[in-house]
Amino acid sequence: MTDAAAPPTTRKDWASDQEVRWCPGCGDYSILAAMQFLLPELGAKRESTVFVSGIGCAARFPYYMNTYGLHSIHGRAPAIATGLALSRPDLDVWVISGDGDALSIGGNHLIHALRRNVNFTILMFNNEIYGLTKGQFSPTSEVGKVTKSSPFGSLDTPFNPLSVALGAEASFVARTHDLDRKHMMEIFRRAYEHEGSAFVEIYQNCNVFNDGAFEKVSGKEARADMLIPLEHGKPIRFGAEGEHGVVLRRDGTLEIVEVADVGEDALLVHDEARENPGVAFLLSRLARGPFEPTPIGVFRAIARPHYGALLEAQIAEVARQKGGGDLAALLRSGTTWTVA
Amino acid sequence: MHQYDGGLIREDRHTALSNTVGHPGGHKVRTLESVVIRFAGDSGDGMQVTGDRFTAESAVFGNDLATLPDFPAEIRAPAGTLPGVSAFQVQIAAYDILTPGDEPNVLVAMNPAALRANIADLAKGGTLIVNSDAFDERSLEKAGYVSNPLADRSLSGFRVYEIPMTSLTLKACEPTNAKRRDAERSKNFFALGIISWLYNRPTGTTLDWIVARYGAKPLVVEANTLAFKAGYNFGETAELFDSSYRVPASELGPGEYTNITGNTALAWGLVAASQLSGLRLFLGAYPITPASELLHELAKQKHFGIVTFQAEDEIAGAGAALGASFGGSLGVTTTSGPGIDLMSETIGLAVSLELPLVVVDVQRGGPSTGLPTKTEQSDLLLAMHGRHGEAPVPVVAARTPGHCFAAAIEAARIALKYRTPVFLLSDGYLANGSEPWRVPDVAELPQIGVEFAQHPNHTDDGVSTFWPYLRDPATLARPWAVPGTPGLEHRLGGIEKADGSGDVSYDPDNHDRMVRLRAAKVAGIAKDIPPVEVDDPSGAELLVLGWGSTYGANAAAVKRIRARHGSVAQAHLVHVNPFPANLGEVLGRYRRVLVPENNLGQLAGLIRAQFLVDAVTLSAVRGMPFRIAEVERAISDLLALA
Repeated sequence: MTDAAAPPTTRKDWASDQEVRWCPGCGDYSILAAMQFLLPELGAKRESTVFVSGIGCAARFPYYMNTYGLHSIHGRAPAIATGLALSRPDLDVWVISGDGDALSIGGNHLIHALRRNVNFTILMFNNEIYGLTKGQFSPTSEVGKVTKSSPFGSLDTPFNPLSVALGAEASFVARTHDLDRKHMMEIFRRAYEHEGSAFVEIYQNCNVFNDGAFEKVSGKEARADMLIPLEHGKPIRFGAEGEHGVVLRRDGTLEIVEVADVGEDALLVHDEARENPGVAFLLSRLARGPFEPTPIGVFRAIARPHYGALLEAQIAEVARQKGGGDLAALLRSGTTWTVA
Repeated sequence: MHQYDGGLIREDRHTALSNTVGHPGGHKVRTLESVVIRFAGDSGDGMQVTGDRFTAESAVFGNDLATLPDFPAEIRAPAGTLPGVSAFQVQIAAYDILTPGDEPNVLVAMNPAALRANIADLAKGGTLIVNSDAFDERSLEKAGYVSNPLADRSLSGFRVYEIPMTSLTLKACEPTNAKRRDAERSKNFFALGIISWLYNRPTGTTLDWIVARYGAKPLVVEANTLAFKAGYNFGETAELFDSSYRVPASELGPGEYTNITGNTALAWGLVAASQLSGLRLFLGAYPITPASELLHELAKQKHFGIVTFQAEDEIAGAGAALGASFGGSLGVTTTSGPGIDLMSETIGLAVSLELPLVVVDVQRGGPSTGLPTKTEQSDLLLAMHGRHGEAPVPVVAARTPGHCFAAAIEAARIALKYRTPVFLLSDGYLANGSEPWRVPDVAELPQIGVEFAQHPNHTDDGVSTFWPYLRDPATLARPWAVPGTPGLEHRLGGIEKADGSGDVSYDPDNHDRMVRLRAAKVAGIAKDIPPVEVDDPSGAELLVLGWGSTYGANAAAVKRIRARHGSVAQAHLVHVNPFPANLGEVLGRYRRVLVPENNLGQLAGLIRAQFLVDAVTLSAVRGMPFRIAEVERAISDLLALA
């Protein structure tokens, strides 16, 4: 909810009085800062902002925001937030989750919230590890990951979070990373402005249990050649001089090319509003993991009526047809008889 | 006991109104005080519709009544087999009855399987009406009969009427030119016609209903109408029956009545609670037998502003309801035992968050999938204790189908006032059974006042703040501040909270205090509920104590014992947690306490633990409610009555 008349807020207004208890050096700090910087910019109201989380390191996020907040149970935040968002369309609802919370124990709720297009924003902090339980592999850990629970290497094929979201009919899918506050703020802003479910994967470093998981793509030195910024309506290119690019081949696959070899006209032009999620899906799988050139930005943003709007419209329509609810009439809606 | 071919005098009245009068059609009409009829057939034969319609005719006629639908879990088990038999029992009476009756006086069996599955229950000398067309060799074999019971002597103890219902229905439907298969499907209306004639039921209700229900399919309307009328006329003209029967209207108290099932009453009670509290009703639910009708009924009531959210599972159903409660709605979730298993963690969260949540458990036979369509009372301890940690939850139990309405309002009242999840226990018997229910005047329903916190409630170093866990000293309820309220921003969570401020706290003494506070809050509700009433006209030494759907059987058994000059008291609990404040004192007055339960003694265990009372359990877990005779026998054994 924005309100032009309300006095502007600052980052300080959005920080709660609680001591932040993430490990020193955790990527969560920068995500928290990005949010606390962004909300004043958006003109959001503290009383109308709610953060709902499940369980995990990321799930402590609501305690640190001076807004309404609900730290719930493992994996269930999308379900709980669905009830809140549907019953209170006036609120800005954010769901804070991690890779274990959203994709393992809560996978079912995530996909159903996305297909319904509930009007909230899901931020999934992906650190490819279980942090709060001290270092087991997660559903996004790479095959062969050696952890306490996989001393001989994990056998599990990981999820690609964006592919999952796209497969679940998400209307807004984006990726950002914890080392770039400006990019995070831009993506969060886009997610906030989106009507319906917005799913944002944030590459987040766990410096205790999985340090450097994204270093190869998001590290300062690597970034230019390893992150592929997606910009709507523009050819997809990256590199310090924009020398690399992405083309869509005739066989339906994507390929990274040198722009000098193919010419700019041959490059794939990014269209986040494409109704068919096929190309977004290809982009989500362009890198096999965070060690190959990886697209970031908004993969998909389509206009689709959100569940709450459809729900309110249906209630209004039924009320129009039947008239408002009349309890006395309801209780007499079956056959009745009178005993004198 | 007097015995008639068409009905038995039931329960506490042992004299028959046996005046015989002439019928306009020349038949004799004999008067009965009550009769129990069971319609049985294949699951595809429409026995539930038949039973429902007969019930509706009787309700409109003014009888008291109680019903017991009994159907298989399979939608269509193989036709003609025992597992596919579906039945509907109804007792109609000229006086106040409490149960659908122990044994039917009349059994309508549409095929051999229905006969085989139900004949053991038919009262000695009872009336058996069979569709003789269905007794071919193949159907007999499917039902496991080696010889045709209509041809051998096995049914000689009953008054048997063989009626070729299928062929008579086909003949009646000839004018419609309906296909044989389609016309045959109307044979349940033929059966209904016969029974409607036999018991002098008004037919208008059924004829109107056929039009309302099948209006979009004129052929079906016509076929069902013709079959129904043919059955009625068959009774009148076939001279098969030497008389018909009249069960006079009951002397229900004055008022407007409707026939209602427990599920409908419960759903309407939730709508009422929403209206009375001024809060939007948010139902989060996942379909499950026998609770789905709650979701269906509320989904029809959208014009009340109700949100019905069919979730991806019960976890999400309860979660969404809790999220809605956080936002200031009346959050409700409806399910049966397996759903409660999945919701346990969410209910525990609601205990910790101290937010209102009504959790409806329409109990069915367990464990696991158990007996999905059959009744049981075996989730009481699940409701009491089915969460990790010290997580007390108030429990309210409905006792008759109509009482589900008041029980729903009461569960919502407690949830909203004390900011707590509340269990509302119903069961398969209450859910699908029906009874005449006096429609309450909306103005006489209790208002449920709800106040959201609007202002800071604490000062910290001269700064006004909001403490979400600063309790009302009287109720120990915490303030309910909903998002959107400026200045009251706060964070709730499942982690232990500091008493008062609600900040995360791992302090051992604080946890000890919070555990005790939550327990004291729930225990304190005892001050806010009515004392348990005891029906004890003669200073008995034996108390029959019940909860939930055993009410009817218990009360009827107690009446019978008193008619035999036995002295017995009865009390029935609506509030099972906390118990009414006077329960200990009441129990202390009796030398013996008998607790009939459709479980292995769950309430009895709670009573023993809390009051050190040596309660005697009467148990039955056959997926059916108690018969009156079972409870009567247990009482008379304890009283050593001859």
